[in-house]
Amino acid sequence: MRAPHTALLSVEHLTMRFGGVIAIDDLSFTAARGEITALIGPNGAGKTTVFNCVTGFYKPSAGRLALTPSGAAAPEDLLALTQSGRRFSETASGEIYLLERMADFEIAQRGRVARTFQNIRLFAGMTALENLIVAQHNALMAASGPGLWGLFGLPSHRARQKAAIETAKYWLEQIDLIGRADDPAGALPYGAQRRLEIARAMCARPALLCLDEPAAGLNPRESAELAALLRAIRDEHAASILLIEHDMSVVMEISDHIVVLDYGEKIADGAPSAIRKDPKVIKAYLGVDDEDEVDLAASGTRA
Amino acid sequence: MEIFLQQLINGVTLGSIYGLIAIGYTMVFGIIGMVNFAHGDIFMLSTFIALILFLALTQILGVSSVALSFVLAMVAAMALTSLWSYMLERLAYRRLRKSFRLAPLISAIGASIFLSNLVYVLQGPRNRPAPSLFDAVIKVTHGGGYDVTLSAKQILIVLVTALLLAAFWVVVQKTPLGRAQRACAQDMRMAALLGIDVDRTISFTFVIGGALAAVAGVLYILYYGVVNSGDGFIPGVKAFTAAVLGGIGSLPGAVVGGLLIGLIETFWAAYISSDYKDVAAFSILAATLVFMPSGLFGRPDVEKV
Amino acid sequence: MSKRCEPPATFAPAPEASPLRDRLRSALIGAAKAAGVALGLAFPLLAYRTETDFSNALVLQERWAAVAAIALAAFVVRLICLLIPGRTKAASSPRRRRAEFAAIVARSRRLISAAGLASLIAFPLVVLVLLGPARSLKWIDSYGIQILIYMTLGWGLNIVVGLAGLLDLGYVAFYAVGAYSYALLSTNFGWSFWASLPIAGLLAALWGVALGFPVLRLRGDYLAIVTLAFGEIIRIVLTNWTDLTNGEAGVSSIPRVSFFGLPFIAGPEGFAAHFGLAYSPIYRVIFLFYLALALALLTNFVTLRLRRMPLGRAWEALREDEIACRSLGINTVAVKLAAFALGALVGGLAGAVFAARQGFVSPSSFTFIESATILAIVVLGGAGSQLGVALAALFIIGGSELLRELDWLQHIVGEGFDPTQYRMLIIGFALIVIMNWKPRGLIANRTPSVFLAEPRLAAPALAEEGRV
Ligand SMILES: Nc1ncnc2c1ncn2[C@@H]1O[C@H](COP(=O)(O)OP(=O)(O)O)[C@@H](O)[C@H]1O
Ligand SMILES: [Mg+2]
Repeated sequence: MRAPHTALLSVEHLTMRFGGVIAIDDLSFTAARGEITALIGPNGAGKTTVFNCVTGFYKPSAGRLALTPSGAAAPEDLLALTQSGRRFSETASGEIYLLERMADFEIAQRGRVARTFQNIRLFAGMTALENLIVAQHNALMAASGPGLWGLFGLPSHRARQKAAIETAKYWLEQIDLIGRADDPAGALPYGAQRRLEIARAMCARPALLCLDEPAAGLNPRESAELAALLRAIRDEHAASILLIEHDMSVVMEISDHIVVLDYGEKIADGAPSAIRKDPKVIKAYLGVDDEDEVDLAASGTRA
Repeated sequence: MEIFLQQLINGVTLGSIYGLIAIGYTMVFGIIGMVNFAHGDIFMLSTFIALILFLALTQILGVSSVALSFVLAMVAAMALTSLWSYMLERLAYRRLRKSFRLAPLISAIGASIFLSNLVYVLQGPRNRPAPSLFDAVIKVTHGGGYDVTLSAKQILIVLVTALLLAAFWVVVQKTPLGRAQRACAQDMRMAALLGIDVDRTISFTFVIGGALAAVAGVLYILYYGVVNSGDGFIPGVKAFTAAVLGGIGSLPGAVVGGLLIGLIETFWAAYISSDYKDVAAFSILAATLVFMPSGLFGRPDVEKV
Repeated sequence: MSKRCEPPATFAPAPEASPLRDRLRSALIGAAKAAGVALGLAFPLLAYRTETDFSNALVLQERWAAVAAIALAAFVVRLICLLIPGRTKAASSPRRRRAEFAAIVARSRRLISAAGLASLIAFPLVVLVLLGPARSLKWIDSYGIQILIYMTLGWGLNIVVGLAGLLDLGYVAFYAVGAYSYALLSTNFGWSFWASLPIAGLLAALWGVALGFPVLRLRGDYLAIVTLAFGEIIRIVLTNWTDLTNGEAGVSSIPRVSFFGLPFIAGPEGFAAHFGLAYSPIYRVIFLFYLALALALLTNFVTLRLRRMPLGRAWEALREDEIACRSLGINTVAVKLAAFALGALVGGLAGAVFAARQGFVSPSSFTFIESATILAIVVLGGAGSQLGVALAALFIIGGSELLRELDWLQHIVGEGFDPTQYRMLIIGFALIVIMNWKPRGLIANRTPSVFLAEPRLAAPALAEEGRV
């Protein structure tokens, strides 16, 4: 058994409405530091919408999304921040970010939340290597002054650029794409694109990595490799993972904690062993023929 | 007060014309999500077509009835302009539906430049004066040494516009093609899955847009009495502004937006500055897009991630 | 298709004849349709030309021969298109040939660039030697300097459109701000060109930021329309703010550029006298040529450098996928603003050079058509490709100037034939054709900004599908 972990992300009473549609209804759960938290549920349950709220692409209709990268927030600090109307604060126990108040790029930049997309969003015309270097944009900009020292070829810029390439190389090796570093990302096979998108997110050095159906469209061997990669990310790179996935073999194998959504509501929350036996989950989700679900996930084009 | 009333009359007249053009922008945007930048030039083209047809009818064929020539020229102009609009889509836009986002717009800009310069080359650079028709003027009221007038032209313009909008509404609401058009505007992929011929529906949209633009063109030259090959640009931008203001994609929005732009323009010219009357339109366009991109009646556009 | 490829021995000739006849028939029908459409399109506009008579009323002139010619041309072209068999789907050889061609271009890109640069540097001197001072003036001025100014403008807009993927339809506004800055500073306050140049650039960049800030959140096509609106607003203000700008009449007698303080005048204080040369206006023009060249090269250098830096990569990433950029913590508004400001700065500098070249500015130089011409240079050349933009500027602007030389055609085609009228017609047509056939422009290969191994090119097939 793992030691109990502190909360990294607390989702509290999250609600998201699109016109009349309630995509998420009063959802609360926590994602613990150093763990893989899986978010599962049938298509249309609202999983991607949760991601979009967490990463700032949608403004939630209601609810609080507190991110505490370096330690659990003391309740009074969190309350003070919520009432202050500010977006984040530095407290004795570390920073607290209220994600529902922050812009998407700020969440990624300050909150160190990185993500992938259900329908892959690589920079298709740029090479795999360039994709990974773009992910280090903020670090590179910081090192090269206002981003302009490189115009004059200053050494600080060059050194940082070299380091960025090394990081990119490391991740290309991890995902077994080092041989195709200079190929346009859009020319890579599907499975490689999925891995590259994960590597790109990792190059931003996230504290929380959100993966939206990373195994969709992968064959069983690729899925197994993916599971190993995600474990390595959790164990060796101090990144916690929030995972949306339909492939139950992957989910059950690597998750520390599973949250089950159905029609925008949470119907179960617990360890994989408990979720597997939960009658409500079996009825709503696993009860459906497993094969169908996987097929749906593979062919689903909905965002 | 009298000036106000007069401007109201003028504004509604002008607004009717903008509304007719705006429908073309809004329908095309609704169905394929592109700004048909060349639509203003289709409008300008139609004024020339109508003008030439009218002259041919009266001078060469010797039709003596002005009203008959007018109606014939308008109907023929509607047909021929629809052909132009149809061919525009076929040749300049159809291949680009799956291209990158801005490709159709760039092609449309090319088409706009091409059409206006085509007319320039074929018909010469100078203003073309039209024979003046329906010159009767009704004095509505009088006050403060100022006559408020309503001309037969203005009545005709508003009447024709109202009639055509009603006909157009019936076509869109009641005919199978109109239904297909609305279905495609809602969800093109789904419509295709249900067996709707998307290509044909899009062509239909351009044909209808072209026909309405032709009516606008006829009314425009009737009202202003002069046209130039460069005249597609500014009225085009104003009509597009009307479509945006009304909420792009919304048909009633286009008409309301057209009336609003017509009114704003005439009042601005009367009370503030006629030199800067185009600035008013451009500023409204920019401000609407920045602050109220879904306009008055449009659906808010949530970026799908 | 596949049947056709089989050896003829397995087929009797009879069934072969029938598909051919069918095909001929359907081709004829198709061609007849095309001719019908052409007739419909040509009918009133081409068939009759409106002319005003003495009483300023319109009369019609008939041109039925031209209509018949157009319809016939449509028939023939369509027939040929329908009869020539379509390209086979499995055409691997053209693709390979294209890849080979791309590789050749890539390898010789350096060579082409170097040769281009050398010929640009040598151009005024060669012209001078060949034609003598009097006749070379036109070539250096109308061709040389003008092309260089447009090349600079193209490279400036390329930052915004080609790299960052933001369609700016009001680019001419910044050009106007630069030109008017120099015109007004010099005529009202006696500022020299060299003092005004940086101010012109900065003012334009400031405008870029001020206009860009509120609009850069908009989706692509809305952004394009808003920039168009701003461009027009600036032009209308320049036209109507007569106190400042002298309205439609424009600002004239703008001081000419000096040789770092030495004026190009005839007197004893002049450049020629100072260097012991006979006075000639050619020195000023040559100097201006090299000035414009320096500005163009500076723009090119900065752009090429930026492409290999975080900011430039962020621009390209933005062009590829804005949402992905935001998910990586890139402040897309700031990145767009940087592109907008830099593009505007270049436009402003080019505007100052333009004002110095003309000695006169008026609002009619800054119409939407001008923006569209610069956009055409970028799009035709290949959005993102520096070499392509340079070549497109050469063709479009050089070509437009050459059209002026064609007035002898009047003797053939008839009085009143003005070839320059066709300039925008051709540009508009070219924009449509390029978007439909080669949306990445004529030079479509993208060189990656960083390599792990060998420098290679993005596969052209893929680059073509890419987004601007
Ligand atoms: N931008 C949007 N506008 C309107 N409805 C949306 C939007 N995004 C998601 N939805 C709706 O929210 C619901 C949940 O969708 P989603 O989060 O994508 O489900 P999942 O990822 O679990 O399959 C669906 O009914 C979907 O139609
Ligand atoms: Mg989803």
